Amino acid sequence: MKQNTDQMNRMKQRLLLNNLMKHSFLFLTLIALAVLVILIVQVFTQGIGWLDWNFLTSKLSLNPDRAGILGVIVGTILLMVVVGPVTMLLGICTAIYLEEYAKKGRVHSFIQTNISNLAGVPSVIFGLLGLTVFSRMFNLGSSIVAGGLTMSLLVLPIVVVASQEAIRAVPQFLREASYGMGATKWQTIRRIVLPASLPGILTGMILSLSRAIGETAPLVVLGIPVLIMPVPDSLMDDFTALPIQIYYWTLDAVLTAEYANLAAATIIVLLIVLFIMNSAAIFIRNKFQKRY
Amino acid sequence: MIQLMEKEDAATAADQRNEIVLDTRELNLWYGPEQALKNIALQMSEKQVTAIIGPSGCGKSTYIKSLNRMVEMNPLVRITGQVMFKKRNIFHKNYSVEELRTQVGMVFQKPNPFPKSIYENVAYGPRIHGIRKKKLLDEIVEKSLRDAALWDEVKDRLNENAYGLSGGQQQRLCIARTLSIEPEVILMDEPTSALDPISTLKIEELVQELKQDYTIVIVTHNMQQAARVSDQTAFFLNGEVVEFNDTVTLFSNPNDQRTEDYITGRFG
Amino acid sequence: MPTNRQQFDDQLNTLRSALVEMGRKVEEAILNSVKALKETDLDLAQQIVDQDVEVNQIEEKIDEIGTTLIATQQPVAKDLRRILTAFKMASDLERMGDLAVDISKVVMRIGNDALIKPLVDIPRMAEIVQLMIAESIQAYMEENVDLAYKMAKMDDEVDHLYSQILRELFVFMVDNPKTVNQSLLLCFVSRYMERMADHATNIGESVVYLVRGHRPDLN
Repeated sequence: MKQNTDQMNRMKQRLLLNNLMKHSFLFLTLIALAVLVILIVQVFTQGIGWLDWNFLTSKLSLNPDRAGILGVIVGTILLMVVVGPVTMLLGICTAIYLEEYAKKGRVHSFIQTNISNLAGVPSVIFGLLGLTVFSRMFNLGSSIVAGGLTMSLLVLPIVVVASQEAIRAVPQFLREASYGMGATKWQTIRRIVLPASLPGILTGMILSLSRAIGETAPLVVLGIPVLIMPVPDSLMDDFTALPIQIYYWTLDAVLTAEYANLAAATIIVLLIVLFIMNSAAIFIRNKFQKRY
Repeated sequence: MIQLMEKEDAATAADQRNEIVLDTRELNLWYGPEQALKNIALQMSEKQVTAIIGPSGCGKSTYIKSLNRMVEMNPLVRITGQVMFKKRNIFHKNYSVEELRTQVGMVFQKPNPFPKSIYENVAYGPRIHGIRKKKLLDEIVEKSLRDAALWDEVKDRLNENAYGLSGGQQQRLCIARTLSIEPEVILMDEPTSALDPISTLKIEELVQELKQDYTIVIVTHNMQQAARVSDQTAFFLNGEVVEFNDTVTLFSNPNDQRTEDYITGRFG
Repeated sequence: MPTNRQQFDDQLNTLRSALVEMGRKVEEAILNSVKALKETDLDLAQQIVDQDVEVNQIEEKIDEIGTTLIATQQPVAKDLRRILTAFKMASDLERMGDLAVDISKVVMRIGNDALIKPLVDIPRMAEIVQLMIAESIQAYMEENVDLAYKMAKMDDEVDHLYSQILRELFVFMVDNPKTVNQSLLLCFVSRYMERMADHATNIGESVVYLVRGHRPDLN
């Protein structure tokens, strides 16, 4: 086809518009990136000087120079000790039931819709739930168990949905092969479906734990005491965790300016922990991705 | 006279040898409102290869999957009629699918080994049926792989992942896996449609070998394959059996014009 | 018939028309060979010998097409029988062509000698044989089993004429030993024609096989 001037003009316009869009998208992406960079630079310049071995291994103190986050780290770890097994058990079992056993009907879609909606409920609401049920009804107060169970509820939908995705990603032909040899449903789940979906489930687990590590609001609602806490040594002890400590130090920075630096140092620790966990999740996902 | 008697003797011998293993009686099957199988009646004899041919959507895959009740994995399926396996109706409520599938094994269209080692793939069957002794498992694995004509190719790498095998080897591994539970019947649903010609021939030869010990039902799109490997052939069309005949007759001088049109490539 | 193998069907049709053409040529050769005998026409006899090459060429062509079709199209059922029938018929027709050549060679042997007697039964036999060929080809074209059976019945008549001719010539030879040479040659001619009728019967069998899938014994 012979090109006339009209067509060439139109072609120019199209190419121009394409270029324009490309650059606007890049610009807007850079804005978001710039904010992130500023945040990180700010936190690091403020906190890196305070982050040393002593900071990690000392107990909390009112004196900024002596204050450390050992108790906070232990509190966070113990919190995960509760959240991990609880969500894993409930999450995987729910996912297995929904994907493998439940008949696809009204009840199934009702449960499914609710789980999806729960994932979108603000974390404060979960805090209120935990306060009502665990703290008051079961009299667990603001213990690690109460906090852990509340956090478990919060991240449960994520684990369930992630596990469901992983189970659904196991090709149907593997199940058929197993059923075709006279295996029962449970044998098929245990020997074929779970091993094949485990990487996906683990990825979901780690991501949900990292969400739990970073959550503040539910713990605030539970009423974690604003006190210098001793290092907890049982799951029934009161505790504090990384994000909560950051929150309180930032609040108290009005009174003692150095608290802001302690908060920044703690943020660095939290970021590093999150970064490691997310990397682990990505690593697992890539390593075991699509072997069939 | 003597000749005649010999002939009769041979006939009774053949009858004894070819006891009916799978007897399908007035089988009807619906997917929701749509009827996929209409009044199917077929008899499959012991240690014979029965081929099922027909155009896409004729119900041949549905039929073979109803023989081990895999078809019921689709919740919309509704079935009437009977399939007698060794004189027991497989659809009877006291007949568990697990028991049936132990007797009636299946090889699928696409090779579908488990993402496990070659050894574990074959040991899977005995394991789920409760065999734990390592020595016994070893024996079963070796015998199954030998019977599937794969042993020599994999005996030095039994612990490698099955996905490292070629497509044809994977399919023979799947056959070995089916043999490991020693079924009476092996159902094969287009077992070579995903394979290259050489692998296809290997599987076909294997079918001839397995015929010594197993009753085989094979669904195939490849009519030459049906002609080569089977003793009897059923031609399906629109959910019905148009013609069920011994393979030589069906391919050289079919009774029904629709069969003729199909096998000579005039439609379908 | 609904068809989605146009190319294959075209080739099968080529095979068919080649057979029909071959049949026509053989028919003509037989008719001419008897005519040459009756009129001691040596030129016509020579012409028959020359033209046999064409019949052989058609047979080769049929073999070639048939082989290619088997190798490339995997024919089954009637398609396969169509090709097998073509092989068999081409071979029968080719033999008939050769027999016409044999008769022509007898004509040349006799040369310009006078015939020992005016020929009556041999031309009659030739007429029947020619009719058999024509009808066998027609039966093939129409896939007409009844016609094939009817045609094969004529073989009895040919056999009857054959023994009659042999008896008559025998009497000639006994009466007058000088006629032995020509009498023997005429015996051969009638023998050749009896063979032709057998080949025509074979074609009839092929037609039945093509249509019904089994080969009857029509002889």
